[in-house]
Amino acid sequence: MINISGIINIISISIIPFIMTIILIHGYIKRVDLYECFVDGAKEGLKSAIKIMPYLIAIFLAIGVFRKSGAMDILVKVLSPIGKIVGIPKETIPLFVIRPISGSASLAMVQDIINNYGPDSFIGRVASTMMGSAETIFYTMAVYFGAVGVKDSRHTLPAALISHLAGAVASVIICRLIFL
Amino acid sequence: MINYIWFFLIFISIVVSVLNGNINVINESIIKDAEEAVKFAISLIGIMSIWMGLINIAEKSGLIKSFSKILTPITSFLFPEVPKNHPAMSAIVMNMVTNMFGAGNSATAIGIKAMEEMNTLNKNKKRSTNAMCMFLVINMSSIQIVPLTILKIRADAGSVNPTEIIGTSLVATTVSTIVGIIAVKILQGKGD
Repeated sequence: MINISGIINIISISIIPFIMTIILIHGYIKRVDLYECFVDGAKEGLKSAIKIMPYLIAIFLAIGVFRKSGAMDILVKVLSPIGKIVGIPKETIPLFVIRPISGSASLAMVQDIINNYGPDSFIGRVASTMMGSAETIFYTMAVYFGAVGVKDSRHTLPAALISHLAGAVASVIICRLIFL
Repeated sequence: MINYIWFFLIFISIVVSVLNGNINVINESIIKDAEEAVKFAISLIGIMSIWMGLINIAEKSGLIKSFSKILTPITSFLFPEVPKNHPAMSAIVMNMVTNMFGAGNSATAIGIKAMEEMNTLNKNKKRSTNAMCMFLVINMSSIQIVPLTILKIRADAGSVNPTEIIGTSLVATTVSTIVGIIAVKILQGKGD
């Protein structure tokens, strides 16, 4: 187990330098004007980052007030029965609700769960698995759609939420099978 | 839809903060969260520029074309509207790979490049295409090989085996990705 995870860690650290090296060497062999090409592309990067700023402000504001006002706590209470129906342990339901909305809040929540129940408890493992297998949906949509100025996201959000629910249920089931 | 969600998030928050008697959190949020968003966007400039620069080299050298050819069988099933040799395809694939290894902002930069390329195929620029929806759902449910942050939290908390959740996360993300793909295919209906 330690060996495998060690190997995975090495791959994870070296994937970016590896891709970078391949791109540069291939470009050099093909006699691409590397420096100029890089700078041209980087200009696009600058534009994109500035372009998504207003969308980020809009999302950060909405989520910030929603959390701080206590409205998020109400949402957790309202949605808790749904979690119970699909078999998600009640201690991890707040995490399930908040994960798609706020990355920093869900991180704090996992930390809290792990401190209370221990990293190697069943609840701790379920929370870790859920956290490791989900993404902050609202933020991601704001960034990616913001970058191209698309306003109508169509079925993206419902499909993402369905997939999030499936991931959470799968987290619970796989943890039951492996750790209980 | 985001229009309604955005409105209700803020409206409900104001109502709740009034009822809770902590209306000042709204003022705090306006100052702090706006600043956070700006800081975050600025911190993205560097890494986005680096990746857009490298991708530009890969495009000009033809690396991206040969790379996407290999993955055509999978990608043409997922993104039937994107032509096989389109630069969007390779950016999509690169984003998936970097995402799997938890490359964070590098993956975001490449993903934005993918969105921009897909948008060149978009007829109605205000509306997302099927390919964009599919791409984002796969991105959000992305198979995570190394959830680094969570491993660190577990290790810090004194776990006997912090990495034992790599396997369970892999299974959970595989399920969520497959369900996500099915959901997109069903929900996209006849449109575009």
